[in-house]
Amino acid sequence: MSDFLLELLCEEIPARMQAGARADLERLFRAEMDGAGVETGAITVWSTPRRLALIAADLPEQTEAVSEEAKGPPEGAPDAAIDGFCKKNGVTRDQLELREVKGRNTWFAVRNVPGRKVADVLAEAIPAIIRAFPWPKSMRWGKASISTESLRWVRPLQGIVAILGEDLVPCEVGGVASGFATVGHRFHHSGEVTIGGASDYAEKLRACHVIVDHAERQDIIRTKAKEAAEAVGLTLVEDEGLVIENAGLTEWPEPLLGRFDEAFLDVPPEVIQLTARVNQKYFVCEDCAGNLANAFVCTANIRASDPAVVVDGNRKVLAARLSDARFFWDTDRKVPLEQQARKLERITFHEKLGTVADKVERVATLARWLAEEGIVPGADPALAEQAARLAKADLVTEMVGEFPELQGLMGGYYARAEGLPDAVSDAIRDHYKPVGQGDDVPTAPVTVTVSLADKLDNLRSFFAIDEKPTGSKDPFALRRAALGVIRTVTRNGLRLSIAEGDLLDFFADRLKVQQREAGVRHDLIDAVFALGGEDDLVRLLARVHALQSFMESEDGANLLAGYKRAANILKKEGYEGSGNRIARTGEEDPLALVDDPELGSIVAQRGHVRPDYDTEPAESALIEALNRAEPAASSAIADERFEEAMAALASLRGPIDAFFDNVTVNDPDPAKREARLALLDHFRAAVHKVADFARIES
Amino acid sequence: MNESASKAVLSFQDMILTLHDFWSAKGCLILQPYDMRMGAGTFHPATTLRALGPQPWNAAFVQPCRRPTDGRYGENPNRLQHYYQYQVVLKPSPPQIQDWYLDSLRVIGVDPLKHDIRFVEDDWESPTLGAWGLGWEVWCDGMEVTQFTYFQQMGGYDCKPVAGELTYGLERLAMYIQGVDNVYDLAFNSQGVTYGDVFLENERQMSTWNFEIADTDALFDLFRKAAAECRLCLDKGLPIPAYEQAIETSHIFNLLQARGVISVQERASYMGQVRDLARGSCEAYMAKYADQWAADYPEWAA
Repeated sequence: MSDFLLELLCEEIPARMQAGARADLERLFRAEMDGAGVETGAITVWSTPRRLALIAADLPEQTEAVSEEAKGPPEGAPDAAIDGFCKKNGVTRDQLELREVKGRNTWFAVRNVPGRKVADVLAEAIPAIIRAFPWPKSMRWGKASISTESLRWVRPLQGIVAILGEDLVPCEVGGVASGFATVGHRFHHSGEVTIGGASDYAEKLRACHVIVDHAERQDIIRTKAKEAAEAVGLTLVEDEGLVIENAGLTEWPEPLLGRFDEAFLDVPPEVIQLTARVNQKYFVCEDCAGNLANAFVCTANIRASDPAVVVDGNRKVLAARLSDARFFWDTDRKVPLEQQARKLERITFHEKLGTVADKVERVATLARWLAEEGIVPGADPALAEQAARLAKADLVTEMVGEFPELQGLMGGYYARAEGLPDAVSDAIRDHYKPVGQGDDVPTAPVTVTVSLADKLDNLRSFFAIDEKPTGSKDPFALRRAALGVIRTVTRNGLRLSIAEGDLLDFFADRLKVQQREAGVRHDLIDAVFALGGEDDLVRLLARVHALQSFMESEDGANLLAGYKRAANILKKEGYEGSGNRIARTGEEDPLALVDDPELGSIVAQRGHVRPDYDTEPAESALIEALNRAEPAASSAIADERFEEAMAALASLRGPIDAFFDNVTVNDPDPAKREARLALLDHFRAAVHKVADFARIES
Repeated sequence: MNESASKAVLSFQDMILTLHDFWSAKGCLILQPYDMRMGAGTFHPATTLRALGPQPWNAAFVQPCRRPTDGRYGENPNRLQHYYQYQVVLKPSPPQIQDWYLDSLRVIGVDPLKHDIRFVEDDWESPTLGAWGLGWEVWCDGMEVTQFTYFQQMGGYDCKPVAGELTYGLERLAMYIQGVDNVYDLAFNSQGVTYGDVFLENERQMSTWNFEIADTDALFDLFRKAAAECRLCLDKGLPIPAYEQAIETSHIFNLLQARGVISVQERASYMGQVRDLARGSCEAYMAKYADQWAADYPEWAA
């Protein structure tokens, strides 16, 4: 048993690709070893900006010899069949063996695959892994690139260290041959570093100022950045993404704290943090009051002879960035948002949906309506419309041009600076919310109005031009918009018809996904949606919640069993539901007149025809129970007293059980049979007043 | 210890001369700036056109760059509408290109044990030139001082072989080396002339012209005329003058942008025109020489 070390040295690998590369290296290595029958145990993968390393512990010296045999056609089979069998198994005809199977001579192909040296397997596997490596972006380089067939790698590949035990695994790919030598830190070490094997690799590199284990570098950055901030009485704003990125940019990380001119703190803190983070990969700090401090932590890749020089350089770069940000901040504030908004006429929103200004007009109209109709309680229609008209104005500001992720936030700042009402500024700032899953849902009335209007406009507009999300494609982020609407509507208990047609179905799907986390059963949502006509998410969820607690009760479970039994009988008997017997009225929807007060009782009568024979007690009991429960459930539903509707259904549980225990549906008397089927149909219809129980999973 | 203690800090012009010496010793032709207005050294035909085809090409030159929208009337310590790039083009990219580059930093006074030098992913793409490459922005203490690119495609053609391109931001590097916070305070020479003495008034007037004065009707007209001239040259099988006119349209477009007279919708159309002209010039260049190249380099094919 020997440990195997592989190091692939190259020019700087993008930080964002390193985690994926580690996983790919391990996966490809395992696949190569599995394919060759080499058992692998523990595998460690590491990365630095300049190298990918893999250590496979305890590889055997040899692969097992394997004997494979395959049974072929019988003796005397046509030549074509025997040749085909040979071809399939990679043997020649004279290598076949004849054996008796159940008294019949049959051809067998036997292949003896001898054991191989694992070193040889590795020597073939390494070039294969390198050639198959799935970098998100790869390139050609050097003289060989006169052909497009030349080796591709993320950046030029410079070296391969491949050692099994203490022996070199000789291999070559793209003109790069394996060896014992690698390099140390770019600046702290010159010349080659000779590696003995897996056991001394990490420590030899450490001696040359390379910490090869990315996790260790991440720990160093986490710890030292925090300490640097604490040393000056500040708190580091933790940022795990930055930790990983800086570890991917350094072989010897040295977090250093610097200060910037306090005057820059006039610029909104989000802008400072974003500038520091995105452009410079710096951490920022807060003072004890939680306010952004004029300090940053950069991560150098050297143990500098004078860290103050490095810090000062970084300070200047940040200062230049911040002075640009301040320039944008000052310039943007000179132009009122209303004036900025006029520039939106020049920006196309979507070729079929007009300009952003057109969109703003639609959103403003919708926002005003949502407020005027009282759909968003407490929202002032004038403020809602004003906020909607200004909400997109920051898209044409310099700051948002530079940092698109600050859209909304900057508009809020600029609105406040102009002296617009807080409700308007807040609405502009927060109208994109909720963005991610953990994001806050707006609750301020004007914000809710604009947020809802914006998202509903996106959904309706894109559905209207048939730009619906398909599969993994959702270029206009409509799933996120629908989820945002659902969360906003349910969080604030807003009562409105959310959509119709395809868009309503889309909402139903999103709602199921969204409610799954809250533990709400998707089949129950289906069961309520299936009744049709429900486009009020708040009412729908209240009904689903009541249904769910009912289904969790013993009554509910039993009633469902009774329902399924009744439905099965009706199905087996091919019983056409009472709905099919409703007379044609000339309406497109045959049930259109059911709710008509004058016709309602007539239609209802069709459901409860009194049988004209002597009913059995259990039968009568069910009829009575239905005649009480159905109207009770209906009126409870109409008044949104869903618990009462469930209670009405629960009252059917005893009678339906007794009915099944005591009454034979399939009576020889056709009249009785017909009447009892009608009764079961009536039972089914009554249950459907609450939900389509056929959709509910047992 | 400051660099000045060990050796004299290079002035702006001495830094350029030092880079010339360095790259000349590495076998580069030292070219002079192209005498046209352009947004980046990459537009210089010694980069764009010479990146096409199989013949080796090693060149270094300074190229003045004009980016009208970056003008700040001389009031921003870092942003200029006119500045210098130092370009090195090495085709095919040599194996030791990174080491050479780091050595070039050392000769102009950047010690990588005092300053934190990093290669940070930054892929380059120029839709205008139908070109892209992979590489880095090189950071010196967090400041981008060089764009380092391995060209993969130019003019829509695969680069065979790949050229390595180094683009040094000369003002930034000089500010760093000289330890000044304001570009206008840079020592241009060692006799007391500053960058501001040479360029401050230029920045003020040019920013005013770029943003406020330039006659937009005349610019639109210039754009049309340059585009027409480019097409004329393409018709006549003259890729180099065609390419010059493509560069011209690109700069005129940038001026129109600075004047804020191109709407978002029009923008795409103008960019498309510039792109078609630049690519057309590259295609014509390839078409003109492809047979010769294939004859001289049997392993090469367009």
